[in-house]
Amino acid sequence: MPATPPLLEARNLRRRHPEGHGWLIDGVSVSLHAGMGVALEGPSGAGKTLLLRAMAMLDPLDSGRLLWRGEPVDRGDVPDFRSRVIYLHQRPALIGVSVEAALRRPFRLKVHRGVRYDESRLLRWLEGLGRDAAFLRQPTAELSGGERQVVALLRALQLDPAVLLLDEPTAALDPPAADSVERLIAGWLETAPAERAFCWVSHDRRQAARMIERTFRLVAGRLATPQEPENAR
Amino acid sequence: MPAEYIALSYGQLALAASLMVVCGGVSLALQLGLERRLALGTLRTILQLLLLGWVLRWVFAAEQWYYAVALMVVMTVVAGMAAVRRVERRYAGLLLDSVLAIWVSAWCVTAVGAFGVVQVPIERLAQYGIPLLGMVLHNTLTGISLGIDRLGSELAGRRDEVETLLALGATRWEAAQDAVRQAVRTGLIPTLNTMMVLGIVSIPGMMTGQLLAGVDPIQAALYQMVIMFLIAAGASLGTMGVALLGYRRLFSAEHQFLPGRLKK
Repeated sequence: MPATPPLLEARNLRRRHPEGHGWLIDGVSVSLHAGMGVALEGPSGAGKTLLLRAMAMLDPLDSGRLLWRGEPVDRGDVPDFRSRVIYLHQRPALIGVSVEAALRRPFRLKVHRGVRYDESRLLRWLEGLGRDAAFLRQPTAELSGGERQVVALLRALQLDPAVLLLDEPTAALDPPAADSVERLIAGWLETAPAERAFCWVSHDRRQAARMIERTFRLVAGRLATPQEPENAR
Repeated sequence: MPAEYIALSYGQLALAASLMVVCGGVSLALQLGLERRLALGTLRTILQLLLLGWVLRWVFAAEQWYYAVALMVVMTVVAGMAAVRRVERRYAGLLLDSVLAIWVSAWCVTAVGAFGVVQVPIERLAQYGIPLLGMVLHNTLTGISLGIDRLGSELAGRRDEVETLLALGATRWEAAQDAVRQAVRTGLIPTLNTMMVLGIVSIPGMMTGQLLAGVDPIQAALYQMVIMFLIAAGASLGTMGVALLGYRRLFSAEHQFLPGRLKK
């Protein structure tokens, strides 16, 4: 075990089925160290989304602990934690009439008061995705599912998170667009590997392999291949 | 106050009730099939109001403030229960929230009205307090009912938006405030609409009653205004109260949205 604690560590997370029979998440432990890209795969209904949401503290847990830089998160610090560990919905909601409005929306939250909307940075990212400033003026209602995912990714990246929890972020994109999104995320990680990490849920094994250094497989709420030696503690 | 009104007898009531034959005739002529419900409605009107009259006569005659308070408690709890009867999306604790919101808001407002504005002596609490509270309760009930229904539909409809805001670091209040605002706004619309046309479309119920009882029209108008402001304040406080209580039930202290608690 390295001296520095993982950025984000889930220990033995459990979540009961709301009707009381069985577990949706059944004793899952995952560590995200700085500089790491982790893939989470598994059949649909295995609990991948629920696990990712649990790691962003979006759902209540029945047991288990979540550690942020080695410390549990106080309830009052949850918004701050979520500004550092951002979960991206598979079908994101864009709040605002235009793409630009949707990108500006998070800056109205208390937790992002110190951060400014930075269009030049967005334009650099957009260039990498083969788009320009005109994209910012587009009405959100006319965006395709893939474009919505792109906007949601940019919305998260501009907030300078430490951890991205990505729920099939390229599911609605064609292969070339998916490649450029992958490059964007890989580049984001490489820019500051000492303080960033991501966890990527994907159905696509091949994609998972390309940019990922460790893969977890989730089946029926349990990790099928516990590949982390730390788990043996 | 001299009794300048014309007292009614049960014979006169029977005469008025015979007007319901007209309704029955319409129903028969057009085959509306409403005869049974009309009969039941007539019966319930007579029985419920007679009962109310007898209870009030008894409470008034008792001349003890706590008889009045006991009746007011019953009225409040019934109003709180009625407010959530037709709410579409429910959650555990909804009834408690409704009774709590209506109780606190209606009683505070009525207390200000009765003791602060009208300055009712405690031994006449029954005569003034019960009708005042009744009117405040009625309107607060409507506000709470509309407000909590809207809160549920807003949160269910905006679920993705709420979740997205939370995921981006919003506090639970930041994520919920648009829905809470819409809920309170919706709950207040009937009261505001009433205030806009008050006295233009019809003579309001309480003022009508006082006019029939021989009260000076300006005095009756003054009373109606006082009541209107009490009603508006009660509806505002009650609707806001229930929306905030509902918000606390549907969002955890860990800033999590718990849509699973909303059941159709």
